Amino acid sequence: MDASTHVAHTHAPHETHPHDLGFWRSYIFSTDHKVIGIQYGVTALLFLMFGFILMMMMRWQLAYPGQPIPIVGDLLYSLLGDEAIGKNPTTGKAGVMLPDLYNSFGAMHGTIMVFLAIVPLAFAAFGNYVVPLQIGAIDMAFPRVNMVSYQSYFMGGVIMFASFFIPGGAARSGWTSYSPLATLAHPELVNGQTFWIIGMVFLITSSLLGAVNFIATIIQLRAPGMTWMRLPFFVWAQFVTAFLLLLAFPPLEAAAVMQLMDNLVGTSFFLPSGLIVSGNPADVSGGGSPLLWQHLFWFLGHPEVYVLILPAMGIVAEIIANNTRKPLWGYKSLVYSVFAIGFLSFIVWAHHMYLTGMGTKISTFFQTTTMIISIPSVIILTCLFISLWGGSIRFNTPMLFSLAFLPMFGIGGLTGLPLGFNFSDLHLHDTYYVIAHFHYVVAPGTIFALFAGIYYWFPKITGRAMSEFWGKVHFVLSLIFMNLVFQPMFAQGFAGMNRRMWDGGATYLNSPEVVGLPQSMIDMNVNISHAAWGLGLAQIPFIINFFWSIKRGRKTNSDNPWESTTLEWQTPTPPPHGNFDKHIEVHRGPYEYSVPGHDKDFTPQNEPEKHRKH
Amino acid sequence: MDIPYTVKPRPDTGLFNAKVGIWLFLASEVMLFGGLFSSYIFLRVGADHAAWPHGLLNIPIGTFNTAVLITSSVTVVLAWAALKMGNFKKFRLFQSVTILCALGFLGIKSFEYKDKFTHYEVWKKDGTRLTGHIDGTPWFWETKTLQEKGIEKLKFLPDAHHYAAPKIEHAGASSGEHSDAHAAIEIPVSEIKRLSAFVPSHSTYFGIYFTLTALHALHVFGGALVIAFLWGPGAKMWRTEPERFTNRIEVSGLFWHFVDLVWIFLFPVLYLL
Amino acid sequence: MSTSHSHTHSHGPGQSHSHGPGGHTHDAHDAHDVSKHVRTYIFVFAALLFGTVLTVGMYYVHIPSVAWTIIIALFIATVKAFLVAGFFMHLISEKKTIYAVLAATVFFFAGMMYLIIWHRGEVPRGTTYIEGSNKQLPVDVRR
Repeated sequence: MDASTHVAHTHAPHETHPHDLGFWRSYIFSTDHKVIGIQYGVTALLFLMFGFILMMMMRWQLAYPGQPIPIVGDLLYSLLGDEAIGKNPTTGKAGVMLPDLYNSFGAMHGTIMVFLAIVPLAFAAFGNYVVPLQIGAIDMAFPRVNMVSYQSYFMGGVIMFASFFIPGGAARSGWTSYSPLATLAHPELVNGQTFWIIGMVFLITSSLLGAVNFIATIIQLRAPGMTWMRLPFFVWAQFVTAFLLLLAFPPLEAAAVMQLMDNLVGTSFFLPSGLIVSGNPADVSGGGSPLLWQHLFWFLGHPEVYVLILPAMGIVAEIIANNTRKPLWGYKSLVYSVFAIGFLSFIVWAHHMYLTGMGTKISTFFQTTTMIISIPSVIILTCLFISLWGGSIRFNTPMLFSLAFLPMFGIGGLTGLPLGFNFSDLHLHDTYYVIAHFHYVVAPGTIFALFAGIYYWFPKITGRAMSEFWGKVHFVLSLIFMNLVFQPMFAQGFAGMNRRMWDGGATYLNSPEVVGLPQSMIDMNVNISHAAWGLGLAQIPFIINFFWSIKRGRKTNSDNPWESTTLEWQTPTPPPHGNFDKHIEVHRGPYEYSVPGHDKDFTPQNEPEKHRKH
Repeated sequence: MDIPYTVKPRPDTGLFNAKVGIWLFLASEVMLFGGLFSSYIFLRVGADHAAWPHGLLNIPIGTFNTAVLITSSVTVVLAWAALKMGNFKKFRLFQSVTILCALGFLGIKSFEYKDKFTHYEVWKKDGTRLTGHIDGTPWFWETKTLQEKGIEKLKFLPDAHHYAAPKIEHAGASSGEHSDAHAAIEIPVSEIKRLSAFVPSHSTYFGIYFTLTALHALHVFGGALVIAFLWGPGAKMWRTEPERFTNRIEVSGLFWHFVDLVWIFLFPVLYLL
Repeated sequence: MSTSHSHTHSHGPGQSHSHGPGGHTHDAHDAHDVSKHVRTYIFVFAALLFGTVLTVGMYYVHIPSVAWTIIIALFIATVKAFLVAGFFMHLISEKKTIYAVLAATVFFFAGMMYLIIWHRGEVPRGTTYIEGSNKQLPVDVRR
C-alpha cells in the first residue's frame, strides 16, 4: 500500500505538551482521545457505583419490606422528603422506601447502568483510549467533536442525577418509559420523566457523535500496512458497535421528542383513544398508539444490548490471545460473525413485544430472526473457547476475568433462548427470569470483561501494575456473589414472580383464593439481597487497589509488560500527545504469538520484517 | 493538525475525513426522519378515516416553498463548483442566494404555522364539528380558555367546508381557510365539547405534522447558520487554506442537500397524500 | 459500478486528484471538469422543478385509486431524491465506502418502516378500538 507516501508529516509528534496548554485545556477541555477516554471511564465508573447503590437499597426493600433502610434511611428522608420515604408505622423511624421511590430507583437503576455506565465505559472509554492506539493513529479523526461528545454525556448525566431532587422525584416508569404510564405517572407538568427524556437526548447525541468519530477514524486513520484483516478483533467489535449506535439511536430520539410532546404539549402520539385516567376520560385528542412507542424504543433497545456486549467480547478476545500466547482461533469467523450480529440485531426487536397482541405471522418472523442471531453469538463464543486449546495459559487477573466471562456469557445467552420463543416467553415475560437472563449477560458478562480490561490496560495508562493478589481476591469474591445473586432469580421467574414489584411478591403469595407464589420464592429475596450486598463489599478491594496502584503500584518498567503484539503497547508509557515516538508501519496480523522460528514468543505488528532464512 | 487526510483524500477510500463524517451523520439523520415517517404511516393507517384531517395545508404555498428549497440546493452546489474553479466572488454570490432562500423558506413556514395557530376546530356536544376562525383571531385558545375568560357565546367564523365532509370537486377545495363567505355565528359555550386550534395537541395528524416540519425547519436553520458562517467570518480560510475551505463548503453543502431531500419527501406526504 | 468511476478521474467532481503533489495544476484540471458539471446541475434543477409540478398536478387531477396515488407520488419523490443524491451530492462518483454505509441505512430504514406497519395490519381480530363505538366487540383471537 502506498498510503504511507501521503502521510506527509513527520513521525515525531509535535503537539503541545500538557504544561503548554494549562490545566483546563489539558484535563477538562482536552481534545486528546486518551484524556477523553479517561474522562469517560471515571465518570462511567462513578455512575456504575451510583446505579449499584440504588440497587442495594432496592434489595433492602425486597428482603425486608416495610423496614426502614439502615444507615442511609434518615439521609434519604431528609433529601427526598416524605413522598418518597415513609415512616415505619410502629417505631416511627423514617427510612421506609415507598412504592413510588422503589419504582424510581428501579427505572433509574436501569437507565443509569445501561446508558450512563456500561455504554460509556465499554464503548466510549475503552474505545477512545485504545482504538486509535491499536490502529496506529495519532488521535481520533475529529478530536473536537470527541470533546463535545463527552460533554454531552456529562450534561445528560447531570440532568439524570438532578432528576432525583426535583418535586416528584426521578422518572418511575421503567427504563423503557412505556406510554401511557410515562406520560401520566407524574402530576407535575415538568417532572422526572421530562428530565429523563431531556437527559436521554443529550446521551443519544453523545453516542451519535462518538459513533461518527469511531467509524471515520477506523476507516480513514489506519496506519500504513494496517489492512482491514490485520485489525485487532477489539477494533472490529468497536466498529460494529459504532454502527449500531449510529443507526439505531435516532428512532429513539424521534420517539423521545414525541413522548416529550405528549408530556408537555398535550399531543397524543402514544396515547390511545378512550383512555380513562382515575375514572375520568383523559383530556387528550387520542388516536395515538402505545405500541408505536414500544416499536421505536425497542428498535434501539435491541441493538443497544449488542452495544453492551460486543466491546466486551473484543476485550476478552485481546486478553485471551495475549495470555494463551497463541493467535485467536477463527479470526475470519469472528469478524464475519460480529458483522452478522450487527446486521441481524436490527431485525429482532419485537421479541420484546410478544405479549402485545401481535399476530402470529409477525411473531414468527421475529422469532425466526431471534433464533438466527444466536448463531453468530455462539460462533464467537466457540472461537474464544477453542482459542484456549493448546495455549500456554497465564492465569493473571485479566485472564481470570476473561475466562469467567465465557461460561457466564454462555449462561446468559442460553437462558435467552426460552425468551426468544414466543410460546415460552408467554410465561416468562416480565418475570425475574428475564432479569436473571440479562443480568447474567451484562453483569458477570460485560462487567467482568470491563474489569479485565481495566486490569489489562492499567499498566499502559499509568506505567504501574495493579496488585495481582487483590485482583484475584476481587475476582473470586465477585464471581461467587454474582452467581449467588442471579441464579435464584431463574427459579423465581419460573415460579411466576413478576418484575418491578415493590413488596417482593408478597401480594401474590399463595393464599386460599389464589394460587400464587410459594413462600420459598419470597424467602429467596433475603438470600439474594445478602449476596448483592456481599457483591458490593467485594468491590472494595478493587476500588482501593485501583487508586492505590495509580501512585504506589509496582512500576512495570516496560512499555509492553504483557508482551503483546498489538500496537497500543508500542507507545511510550503513558502515551504522549501524538501517541507514537516512531513511524508506524504494520507488517503482519494482530496475533503473531509463538510463531515457529522466531526467538520471542510474540512479534509485534509493526516490527520490521526480518530476512527469513530458508 | 497532524491528523492525516483532513484535506487530501485517502487513496483507497477516495475521501477526506470530514466527508466520511458527514455521510455517517446523514445516515443517522435518515434513521431519525425515518422513525418519524414510520410513525406518521403507523398513526395514519391506524386512525379512523373520518377523523384524519386532510386538505388543511395550503398547496400553492407548499409548492412555492419546495421550489425555494430546490433553488437553494442548486445554488449551494454551484457555489461549491465556483470555489473549485477558483472563483470566490461567484461562490459568495451563490451562497447569498442560498441563505436568502433558507430565510425565505423559514419565513413562509412561520406564516403557515401562524395560520394554523389561529385556525380552530369546534366539536359540539351533539357530535357536529366546525372549522373556522374566532372573531379577533386569537392564538392557541383551547376548551378551558373559554371557561377562564368567562365567555358564554363564542363568536365564530366558520369555513365553507369541513375536512371530514365529502370533498367538493376542484374549486380550490384544498384550502378550507379564508372563506369568510359565511357570516359569523355564535356558539353557546355550553354546547361546545372541545375547542382546539390546529396545534400539535389537536390530533395526531397535527402532532406529527408539526413535529416533522419543525424538526426539518430546525435543520434548515442550523444548516443556514453554518452556511452563513462560512460565507462570512469563516471565509477567511479561503486565503490561507483554499482546499480545506472548499472541503468545508462541500461538507456543508452535503448537509444542505440532505435537508432538501427530506423536504422532497415531506411535501408530498404531508401536503398531497 | 462505483469502482469503475473511481479510476476515471475526469468526471468526478467529488474527488480531488491528489495523487500527484498538491498544487495548481490539478485545480485547473478540476475547474475544467467542474464547469462541465455546472450544466448538469442546471439540468437537474430543471428536472427537480418539473417533478414538483408533476406531483402537485397529480393532486389536482385526482387519480381514483389511493394506492396508485401514493405509489406515483412516492416514485416521483424517489426519482427526485436520486437526482439530488446522485448529482448534487456527487454520489455517482464516490467509491464504495459511502455506498456501503448508505445501503445498510436504507435497508434498516426500510425494515423498520415495513415491520412497524406490518404490525399495524396484523392484529388478532376484534382487538382494535374504534372511537365512538359502544358495542361490545366480540374478542376473537383466532386469526
